[in-house]
Parts: sequence; structure tokens; C-alpha cells
Amino acid sequence: MAEIVIRNLRKEFGAFTAVRSSSFKIEDGEFFMLLGPSGCGKTTTLRMIAGLELPTSGEIYIDGEEVSRKPASQRDIAFVFQMFALYPHMNVRRNISYPLVSQGMSRRQVSEKVAEVARILGIEGILDRPVGGLSGGDRQRVALGRAIVRNPKAFMMDEPLGALDAEFREHMAEELRALHDRMGATTVYVTHDQLEAMQMGDKIVVMNHGVIEQFGTPQDIYSKPATMFIANFIGDPPMNFLRVRGSVEAGATSIRFHQRTMAVPEMREPFDGDMVVGVRPEHIRFSDSAEIRGQVRATEYLGTTQIVTVATENGDVKARIASGIYARTGENVGLEFDPATITLFDNQSGRALRSDLNEGVLSHV
Amino acid sequence: MSNSITEPTPRQKWVAGILVVGYALVTILPLIWILTTGFKTPADAIAYPPKVIFEPSLEGYVNLFTTRTRQTQEFLAAHPPQTWYEEIVRKYDMVIVGPSRYGERFLNSVIIGFGSTFLSVFLGTLAAYAFSRFKVPLKDDLLFFILSTRMMPPIAVAIPIFLMFRSLGLSDTHLGMILLYTAVNISLAVWLLKGFIDEIPREYEEAALIDGYTRFQAFYKVVLPQAATGIASTAIFCLIFAWNEYAFAALLTSGTAQTAPPFIPTIIGVGGQDWPAVAAGATVFLVPVMVFTIILRKHLLRGITFGAVRK
Repeated sequence: MAEIVIRNLRKEFGAFTAVRSSSFKIEDGEFFMLLGPSGCGKTTTLRMIAGLELPTSGEIYIDGEEVSRKPASQRDIAFVFQMFALYPHMNVRRNISYPLVSQGMSRRQVSEKVAEVARILGIEGILDRPVGGLSGGDRQRVALGRAIVRNPKAFMMDEPLGALDAEFREHMAEELRALHDRMGATTVYVTHDQLEAMQMGDKIVVMNHGVIEQFGTPQDIYSKPATMFIANFIGDPPMNFLRVRGSVEAGATSIRFHQRTMAVPEMREPFDGDMVVGVRPEHIRFSDSAEIRGQVRATEYLGTTQIVTVATENGDVKARIASGIYARTGENVGLEFDPATITLFDNQSGRALRSDLNEGVLSHV
Repeated sequence: MSNSITEPTPRQKWVAGILVVGYALVTILPLIWILTTGFKTPADAIAYPPKVIFEPSLEGYVNLFTTRTRQTQEFLAAHPPQTWYEEIVRKYDMVIVGPSRYGERFLNSVIIGFGSTFLSVFLGTLAAYAFSRFKVPLKDDLLFFILSTRMMPPIAVAIPIFLMFRSLGLSDTHLGMILLYTAVNISLAVWLLKGFIDEIPREYEEAALIDGYTRFQAFYKVVLPQAATGIASTAIFCLIFAWNEYAFAALLTSGTAQTAPPFIPTIIGVGGQDWPAVAAGATVFLVPVMVFTIILRKHLLRGITFGAVRK
């Protein structure tokens, strides 16, 4: 088990820079998510940690040892591929034992280890089957078995649930997380699915265009987004953005919002120019006395809650409210934002302005 | 559902069946002719109208594998035939004095054909893997250059090759013929195999690299078994070319390294025209390629990835 430290990691493919100057630290035993849209450099980062790609520059430390130039076979990590990449010409047992055979382990030890792993994963019954006929879930388990059988320093997983049916994915995600908790192994997990990242991860790094946008716990990333990209990428529906022009002083607890006063968390930096008020849909309440008003355009019933789209003079705002509240299309409603949860962004750079809410979280970046 | 695939009507099935059988007959007829001629007597072989029904004889095969001389009646009476094949040649007052050259020539074909096939496929697989997986400078130009060696008929360079082989001492040697056929086949091998190896997902090798194997081990233990289908079909193509090649063999070999194709027409004999022996020579010559193809057939039919990767 190991701690992984990435310092100023950079990867160029010809003229294209896939990863620019990434630095982060993965604690021992952490379930660590690399999250981002496709093409953001998350898989490249993972492959560099695993040794399948050589970084253009930067350092990778696994357990204190600098490994960025070492071949994958000497890094003692395991990799679970999105497409599983089980060796098709071998049966399940040989697939799982393959990493042990390369170490020259005795045949008896190998079969003991394989049996143990098969028991953990509940695949004793299929050990002698060819991998070709297995269901997606079983293939996933075999791929995991091949990874855990060696007790590597860390696991790399590249969208391992991506090839599974939606229905099965949920189940497998729980299984994976349970397996991790049981083994306590450092795991680096790449996904583009924000729900998966929040559900399973201890820590999340969000990447975009080869740049790390934010690094932190799922809770921090969700409620204290460092950039507008993250506020928009995470959460479904995403954070509402309301554009406003104005200025704010350090220490202010409210801003001028279109001739009205809007309470915000106490600001820690002054700003003047185009701002964006960001508020999550679940932090909006209907209130007849509220000053921000709009017309209900659509409602989406989701069981316990509903998403109500309200057309205001600053654009559409989506609110997540209890489904018991009656909202009729065309009705005029007042919207009240929970002031403690509001994040202000610089519209130009997309960066969150420092405030009481996110102080301390942003300094990671 | 009107656009879905429909079951053909019985009539359509019959028409298709007759067309297929008819075409098969046309293509297979020369083969049947050679096969039957080999079992005819020389007289039956040149009979007009041609004999379709005939009494089979092994004369052609005996003549193919033996050298015979005519003897006087006294000699023949003094030495009664010992074996069934001596019996056959007695009809013509002949005795068997030894084996013919056919065996040697056939062996030459085996050495040169399989030798060049092995070399083509071996070098082709390594080159194809490198082209498929690594950054090779001028990759596309190199691949085009390799392909361009196929763009003219090989025999067009016969004279330079003849001169070259003469000065290098490669004329009429096994090594010379193996190198020549390998040179012709390698482009086909590289291109065919590159296509097959491109289809094998890189993840397999990457998984092996992570599992603690070196690049070469990953290639050898993971890629090669996956490429078996491609290697088998490439080997069949290479062997068929090297096995059947006539022009270069006729030009560059005459004795030690002569292959069967230029030898078979010389069986025709002096005096009578021994068509059954020629046909027998051609029939025997067919067997190795047929056996080789049948052995590799299961690899041709097997899918490459076998469903271990979900696409």
C-alpha cells in the first residue's frame, strides 16, 4: 500500500498538451477519483502513474520512490482497463494467475492465492471457464481478481464500470467500494461520471483541458466549487448562474443584484466587474415575499423532489423543491436563495471569489 | 418488417445451389482431370475420345518415382519380378534400376517452400508489430516502399537477380531460393499481419506489462496467440506462392536446389509421352499445401478476440 505524489506532471503528444503541470497527492489507502470530461487528460494522467505513458516532464512518487522513468512492470501497481483486457486465449484461472506467474511464484502458492481471490470476489464457480462467454459483471470481477491477486502497492482503474449496463453499474460500484474498504488499498480511479465520483471517492481531482480545476473531498467540490466549470460539470441539474455587473468589497456580506440587495457569505477579496452568482437548485426556496421573481416554465417530477424551471429576468433558474409543493406552469413565483451557500464567480476567468464559504478549499489549487 | 432478412424460397435455393455446384465443377474439373490421368495407363491417357471410365493403374506413380531401363528377354527371364511395382514395368520389358529424381526435387520444394514461408512470416510478424505499435520514423513511406516491391511482376527483375545470384554464388542453392521467395513474400506478410495486429487491442499487452512482463514477453505470450489467425493465413499465402513458383525456379535452379515445378515437365520422358507420370507428379505436389491448409484451417475459422473485449 502506498502514497502517491504527483509533481508538475506534464504530457505532450506532438503539439497537443494532454496534461499541463499537474500536482496532487494521494494518501495511503485513499479511494481517489480523477474526474473530468473526455479529453481532459485524466486517463493520460492515470497511464503515466501506471507507467504506460512516459511523462514529458515532472515526477511521480510511489511510496516515496521516484518512478516516472521506470517501466510499468517494475512499479508494482495493478491496472483495471475499461474494456477489461482479459487475455482471451486463457481461462479465468490462468488470467488471474498470470501476474503471479511472472513473479516466478510456485504453482501451489499460485493456486492458493487464486482460490483466495476467487472467494473474495465470489467467482469460484467460473474459474475454469474461458473468458469469452462470461457476462459483463463476471468479466469485471475477473479483471479485479487479476488486479488484487498480487497485492500491489496501488490500483489504477480506467473507467472500470463504463462497459457495464447502467443497472449493473450501481451494484458493481458498491462492490468495488466495499472491496476497497476491505483491502484498504490506494486506488486511483478515472471516470467521467460525476455521480460515480461522488458516490465512491474519498477525494476527487477534477480536470479540464489538461488542467486540474479542483482537488478535494466530494462535499467540498460539490458545495464549494473553485471554478464555474466545476459548478456546471458537477451536480444534476448543475448550479444556476446569474450574471450581474457590480463591485464587492472584502468583508461585504451582500451584493447589489439588479437594484436589490442579495445576502452572500462574507467576502474575503474585493472584486469589480462582471460577476456570476452561483446557487445550487436545492438551495432555492419559493417565497411569496422574495424580491427575485419569475414565471414557472416547466416542472420535472422526480419522486421525492421536483425540478422547477423558472424564467427570471436573468435567465432560467432551476430549483429543486419538495414534490409536495404545488407549482403550476405560468404561475408567478418568488425565489429565495440560501445566502450561506452562494458562490460568486469572476465571469471572465470563471474563478470563484474567496469568501467565508470556500476559504481554505480554494488554496488547494 | 418488410425490409428484414427473409428466408429464400425453395426455388431460389435450388437456383443458387445449381449455380454454385456448376461453378465448382468448372473450377474443379482440371484438378479431377489431373487426378484421374495419374491413374491411367499411358495409352488411356492419350485415348481419343477421352476415357472417363477406365481401369485404374499405378503405372504413372511407379514411373514417377523410379528410373527404368529396357532389358533383353534372357535377363528378364533370369530375374523374375520381386515386387508389385516391378511387375508393372515388366509389361514394357523394363526393370527398375533405382529411384527417380522426383523425391529429391520434392524435398527441395519442401525445404525452400517452408523455409521461405517461415522466414517471411517470422520477419513479417516482427515488422508488422513494430509498425503497428511503435513510432517508426517515416512509417508511412516505409510501408509504401514495402508495398511497392509488389507493384511490378517479380520476373521483370529476373536478369539482374540471375546475375546477382551468379556473382554471389547463390545460384542453384537452397539459401538463394529461400532468400528470393522471402523477399517477394515479405511485403505481403508485413501488410497482412499489420492489419491483423492493428485489430488486437493494445490493452492486452498493457495488461501484461502491468502484470510484470517485459515488452517482448508481452508480444510473445499475449500478442502472438491473438495473431494466430493472421499468421496462419499469411503463412498459407506465402507457402502457396513459394510452392508454386515456376519462372525463377526454372531460371535459377538446375540441379541441387531445383524445386518440383520446373522438374515435373521434364518427366514427360524420352520416346513416349508419359502423361500419367506427369499427372502423378502434379498430384503428389498438391498434397503438402493441401495438408498445410487443412491443419491451419481451425485458426482461420477462429475469431481473433473471442469476445474477451467488449466493443
